[in-house]
Formats: sequence, C-alpha cells, structure tokens
Amino acid sequence: MATPTDADKFAVATQLQLTWWRFRRHKLAMVSLVVVVLFYLVALGADFLATSDPHASDARTSYIAPQPIHFFDDGAFRPFVYGIKGVRDVKTFKLVYTVDTGRKVHLELFGRGYTWSFLGLFETDIHLLGLRDAQRGDGIFLLGTDQLGRDLWSRLMVATRVSLTIGLVGVTVSLFLGVLLGGISAVYGGVVDTVIQRLIEVIRSMPTIPLWLGLAAALPNDWSVMQIYFAITVIISLLAWTDLARVVRGKFLSLREEDFVMAAELAGASQGRIIFRHMLPSFASHIIAAVSLALPAMIISETSLSFLGLGLRPPAISWGILLQDAQNIQTLALAPWLLVSAIPVIVVILAFNFLGDGLRDAADPYG
Amino acid sequence: MSGAAGEKRGETILEVRDLRKHFPIRRGLLRRVVGQVKAVDGVSFTIRRGETLALVGESGCGKTTVSRCILRALAPSGGAINFTVGGRTADLATMRRRDLRRLRRHMQMVFQDPYSSLNPRMVVGEIIGEPLLINGMTNRAERRKRVTELMELVQLPAAYFNRFPHAFSGGQRQRIGIARALALNPELIVADEPVSALDVSVQAQILNLMLDLQDRLGLTYLFVAHDLSVVKHVSDRVAVMYVGRMVEIGETEALFARPRHPYTEALLSAAPTPVPGAASTRIVLEREIADPANPPPGCAFHPRCRYAIDACRVQTPVLEEIEPGSFVSCLRARELSLRGVAEEA
Repeated sequence: MATPTDADKFAVATQLQLTWWRFRRHKLAMVSLVVVVLFYLVALGADFLATSDPHASDARTSYIAPQPIHFFDDGAFRPFVYGIKGVRDVKTFKLVYTVDTGRKVHLELFGRGYTWSFLGLFETDIHLLGLRDAQRGDGIFLLGTDQLGRDLWSRLMVATRVSLTIGLVGVTVSLFLGVLLGGISAVYGGVVDTVIQRLIEVIRSMPTIPLWLGLAAALPNDWSVMQIYFAITVIISLLAWTDLARVVRGKFLSLREEDFVMAAELAGASQGRIIFRHMLPSFASHIIAAVSLALPAMIISETSLSFLGLGLRPPAISWGILLQDAQNIQTLALAPWLLVSAIPVIVVILAFNFLGDGLRDAADPYG
Repeated sequence: MSGAAGEKRGETILEVRDLRKHFPIRRGLLRRVVGQVKAVDGVSFTIRRGETLALVGESGCGKTTVSRCILRALAPSGGAINFTVGGRTADLATMRRRDLRRLRRHMQMVFQDPYSSLNPRMVVGEIIGEPLLINGMTNRAERRKRVTELMELVQLPAAYFNRFPHAFSGGQRQRIGIARALALNPELIVADEPVSALDVSVQAQILNLMLDLQDRLGLTYLFVAHDLSVVKHVSDRVAVMYVGRMVEIGETEALFARPRHPYTEALLSAAPTPVPGAASTRIVLEREIADPANPPPGCAFHPRCRYAIDACRVQTPVLEEIEPGSFVSCLRARELSLRGVAEEA
C-alpha cells in the first residue's frame, strides 16, 4: 500500500465521511443545505443586515412602496435612494408622505444606524448599508413599509432570527425529551414502555391546533416577550417529541438484537458503554435526519400560532407576526408588498424538507 | 497460553445439567402468561477440555438458545451450567451478573452473521481491542501491540488496523470476529454456526483456521451447526437436539457410521453425498417439526418417526448411555439397527 487508492480511502472512511459523500450526490439537498445555511447566517447577522430600527415607527413613512436602489448617479457608480417628502392632499387637506424624486440620498457601505448588540457580546451601530446625510424619515425601504412606517426588510431580518431560533430551541427540547423517553421506553420495557407508548398515542391523537390554542391562551398576559418566547417553544416541543421518541425507541430495540451489542456485553462492557459507544453512534445519523424533518414543523407551528395571534405578540417580531398584517383587506388593496413575508417561510420549509430527505437517504451508507 | 497449570486435556470444562429455558407466551391487555415455549427442556451434556462438541439440529430446536444460556446472554429457567476454570468450578446458571463479568473472559462467542456482529462505526483495531480495554488494558500502545498479535494469529494483515468493517469480505469479517473472541485468552469458544453465512469456498478456510487455533491455543469449542458435513470435519463429538431436548450424543465417527436415534438417521440421510451418481436414500420426515409451546406427549419425535410404536406416544424416553460414550434418548435404541453414512472413499 504505497500510494493510497480510492479503495483505501473508502476502507478507512468514517461513518461521517461516508454519509457526506453520499449526501453530496443529492443535488437538491445540497442546494437546500446552502439555502438553510444562508438563512441561519441571516439570523446571526439580522441587525447588521437591517437598514433601520425594526421597532421604530414613524407616521411619515407609513405604507411606502418598495424602493429600489439606484446604482448610477449621473453616469457614475454612486448608489442612492430617493428621500421622503410631505405633500398636502388638495382634496382631504391631509398631509401625505411620498417619495421625493428630486432629492437623492446616497448610500454607504458599513454606515451607521441604530445601536444593536451581537449575541450580547458587543454593541455597535454599524450596518451593512447606511445613508449619508439622511433627513428624518429617510430610509432604504427595499421591501416597503407597514402602516406604522416600519421598514419591512429590517423587520423581516429580525423575524428570521426569531422564527428560526424558536425552531432550533424547540427541536433541542423535543430531542432531549424524545431521546430520554424513547430510550427509557426501550431499555426498561415492560410497564414503563407501555405507559410511555400509550402516552405518545394519546398526545398524537389530539388535534394540534386547538391544543396549542388552549395552551397558548393560558399564558399570562403580563409576561415579557422573552417569557412568551420560551413558553411557546416549550408548548410546541412538548407535542413534537413523540415522533423522535418513537424513532429512538425503534432504533434501540432493533440495535439491541444486533450481534455486536451482544459481543460487547460478552466482553464485559457496562450498560452505559453499550448505549453510548455502540448504540447511540449507530443511530445518530437517523436522529439528525429526524431533527431536520422536525424543524420545519416547528417553524410552521410558531408561524401559525403567531399568525392567529396566540403565539408571540408584538412588539416581538416573527414571521407569523409579520403575516398578521396580511389578515386585513387594506393590506391586500393598498400594500400588497406586506405579503412578501410569506416567501421566506415557504423557502425555508421546502429547504428543510429537501435537506431532511437527503440526510435520511445518506444516513445509512451501509443500507 | 491456555489454561492454568495442572489442567489437562480431556477433563470436564463444562457440564450442563438439566438445562431449561422457557419463554412465557403473553396475551391480551394485561399481558397474562397463557403458556410456555419450552425452547430448551432438560438438556444435559459435558464438554471436555480441548475437544470440539458439535450441537446440531433443525432450526428452532433450541441449539442457539442453549449456546446463549451457556454464555448467560439469556438467563436459564432452570438447571446447572458448571464451568471449570483455573481448578475452580462455578455454576453459571445461578451466578449473579457482577460475578459473571469475571468469568466471561474465559468464554467467548463467535457469531453466525459476520455482518451484524461487528460495529460498523468502529475500526478493526477498536473492535478487536475493545474486550482488552474493558478488561483493564488501558495503555494504548500495549493494546495496539496485542491487537496486532491477534490479527496475525487470524491471518489478517496488521495494516488493516484502521479500516472499517464495511471494507471487508464475509470471511475477513469472520476472522475479525474470531480475533475479538480470542482477545482475552478464553478457554471455551461458543461458535454459533460460524461458517453458515459464508461462501462455501471461504467456509473451509475459516474452519481450518479454527482447527489450527484450537491446536495452538488448546481451545475448547462448542460448535453449533446444522450442516453435517461441516460437523464431521471439525468435531470430536456430536450432540443432536430435537425440540428442546437432547436425542443423541456420541463420538463423531461412531455417530455417523451408526446412528442410534431415528432422528439422527434422518438428519444424516439428508446430508448430500459427495459421490456422483449415488442413489439418494434420503429419509423424508413427514409432518412439521413439533411446536415447542405444545410438544406431543411421549417422545416428541414420535409423530414423524417411522419406527414409532404405541409406547412412544405415552412414555417419554430419557437420555441413557447404551454403549460407552454413546447416549441416546429412544425407547427402541437397543433394538433398532439404523443406517449411517458410509465412510467416504
């Protein structure tokens, strides 16, 4: 074996490498992986990408249509947006604000804006895009504004962070519950197994939406945004662990019959070593696949609860809350751009599903 | 390498007495026990140090259950399993799990399926070294040295240390399984159909390896099998089981030449003869193998036995020594003259 050949590379490849090689062949899943990673990068740098304070309302910028960025000013590359001006409506004598095409506000990279903190580590006011010499009310309204004059693009960035992390936290909680209860169910068997399995069946037989509604309605009105956030995660994950528990139990039961587990037992291995060294690694990949399929369900749950007004509540910002605006007819008639919030929901759910499919296919390179 | 001083070939290493393993049948919401599957029902035999005892029978006759009870992978329902090692005898059947751990290193198992018996997530070196690690050899270099020795012993290139099982053929995997079983210098190896999952061309290599290791290390084998040609090649003595009971035990040569039990005769007649053109004299057993949850009264074999008399339906035969070294459990053992397989030319 002087020079390593492909066969040698295959022979010493770890489980992870085999899975990765197989996963790479799944084109759609690869694309989805990139999409999901991009979404989480957005979640990480939400405030950096936001162009104006997502909470700041301003009557002057109510219902501004999406504003494109103009890249060339008098033939030179100097990106700008138009300013905002107030005009008296001659019929109603109301002051309405519109785009002032006579005034250009130039953009700058890494400009200054509102102050935000990166994961609580440090505070900064630098954003990807900023305005030079901006007057009050000016802003980069890439996706337009809502009734209260808040920039939709900035709100969408922050909502992405909230909605995606609620999924992660929820999945972590239900993964913990699922592995724990599924493992107990399989390892102890007997009465314990029967009780846990019947519990799972009862939970699964309940229609989810009314149950969520009931639980969410029970949340005290005076809780802070953070408290509500965690309560909602717990509610969602308390119902979502059942699937994972079933997967884990099934895997435990089938692996217990494997000869290599018995061989370890005969060699004198402890129960802990058998579970953590032999059994868990054997189905870790299945768990990852199950998780990536559970995440979109979590995200949808949060979005639908918030959309119905029973999940997160303003001033929190999430995809569901942004979509609440789409509930009234005025939006559809006057500001259809507010519906844009539905697009990231659809994209991320699809991406997660394809990713999960790809992972599941790749999870068992021996199969 | 094998055994403590003063232990000689030929003395009893394992004595199984009246071993029973019943599995309860549970039904209904309350999981009430409505019956028992008597997978093993009163099996007795002994194995002498350095010999190979083959345990044969149809699938479902309880031979695998016997082997798992001996290793205490299953807890027996009754009986005694006296294992003698280092001059001391202990009953494995009633031993507590904690004490069992100490004794386990003296008996190891080679599995039937070389694909499921190796953890696909561990490299060969880790698989063979795991028993060493668990039993206190924590020094990595020392362990590696011992694993390399073991790999040489089973004729695997030491360069394969870092390979995963998926890179090996069935025969090579079985070698890894054998090396793992040998890691702790056991005295007794329980081999549960170690070659039945392999290609015929590879079977002989593995069998020869096992015989060679037996010679070099003084191992004792309990060889569970259903293939009589394999059994004839490797074993000193043969024990035949039928529906959880022992029907015949004897020296291999004698048993093949002159079976004493009608079931053994039928089994032998079913083995393919290597002589081309030889007329098939196969005895076709009628009806199904008896249900171990509901065995027929009297001799369990009587519904399929062509020599059965009325007494067979009532009286349960016991295993008795009708000639030195030859044990049979048949009411008519002394009067029947059964046909064996002729010595190959």
